Amino acid sequence: MRTAPQRPDELSRPPRVAGLQPAAVLWLAAVWVALWGDLSAFTVVGGLVVAVAVCLVFPFPRLRMRLRVRPLWLGWLVVRFLADVVVASVQVSWTTLQLRREPRNAVIEVDLRTDSDLVLTVVAEMTSLVPGSLVVEARRSTHTLFLHVLDAGDQRGVDKMRRQTFALERRVVMALGADTGPVQETRSEEVSS
Amino acid sequence: MSLVDVADVAAGVCLVVGALLTLIAAIGILRFPDLLTRMHSATKPQVLGLLVILLGLALRLREPAALGLLVMVAVFQMVTTPIGSHMVGRASFRAGQVRRDLLVVDDLSHTLPVDPTSPEK
Repeated sequence: MRTAPQRPDELSRPPRVAGLQPAAVLWLAAVWVALWGDLSAFTVVGGLVVAVAVCLVFPFPRLRMRLRVRPLWLGWLVVRFLADVVVASVQVSWTTLQLRREPRNAVIEVDLRTDSDLVLTVVAEMTSLVPGSLVVEARRSTHTLFLHVLDAGDQRGVDKMRRQTFALERRVVMALGADTGPVQETRSEEVSS
Repeated sequence: MSLVDVADVAAGVCLVVGALLTLIAAIGILRFPDLLTRMHSATKPQVLGLLVILLGLALRLREPAALGLLVMVAVFQMVTTPIGSHMVGRASFRAGQVRRDLLVVDDLSHTLPVDPTSPEK
């Protein structure tokens, strides 16, 4: 988001060749093939060439993360996410159609318990995609998200949203097992409140 | 009714539901009072609306090439939408374009530096 020049990965900018990451090349080639819409030698070779060119022109620093994907938990994460999207879509639609009523919104602070950038990113993306919540500010230093909640109503609605975000964070950690260290349990009073 | 008919009907239902969700999003943009609430309408029913429409298209088209393209649309939409809505929401909040009278809780305002160009003092 913000380009802090003092970040170590900016200082020791990797040489261009280090931008050639096999996973990125394969993904870009797959996108190319999908865009062409047919799987042939022409599209596969063309995709690989374009992918290598893109990686050389726009080199990204190599991400260091120890993912430990647990398929069952990942499935649960996706299923719960889709269910949340459906439920929240109905709620937001209902709020929208009550034309006379002004929604009572809230901006809440959610201080994530893990200190992993990946978890922060995934949680922010997923909360944003679920209707009714919008990330207005994300602090990488403290791993804090500020959410705008549509029609939170009162303190109870706010607490519910906070609980849901913590639950989502827990599901993300269980699914990806990102290099987070253990989830701190010290803040459990926020969950139970 | 053959399987093809069932798929066609399901596709039709999906397309109509998706269109309805998009219509509600449009109503929300017109009716909500400030930018942040409108962002909910502009970005969110789209998530389900778009997924349902893509599902309907997949059921109707039934071609691997089209499926690949539809999956790409879904993936890129879902990756980029939160970032776009975040940037717009963040900018509007910092510019003070928020109906604070509609907020029941505001954890953020006091942590931000005061912006002299903000319309509110």
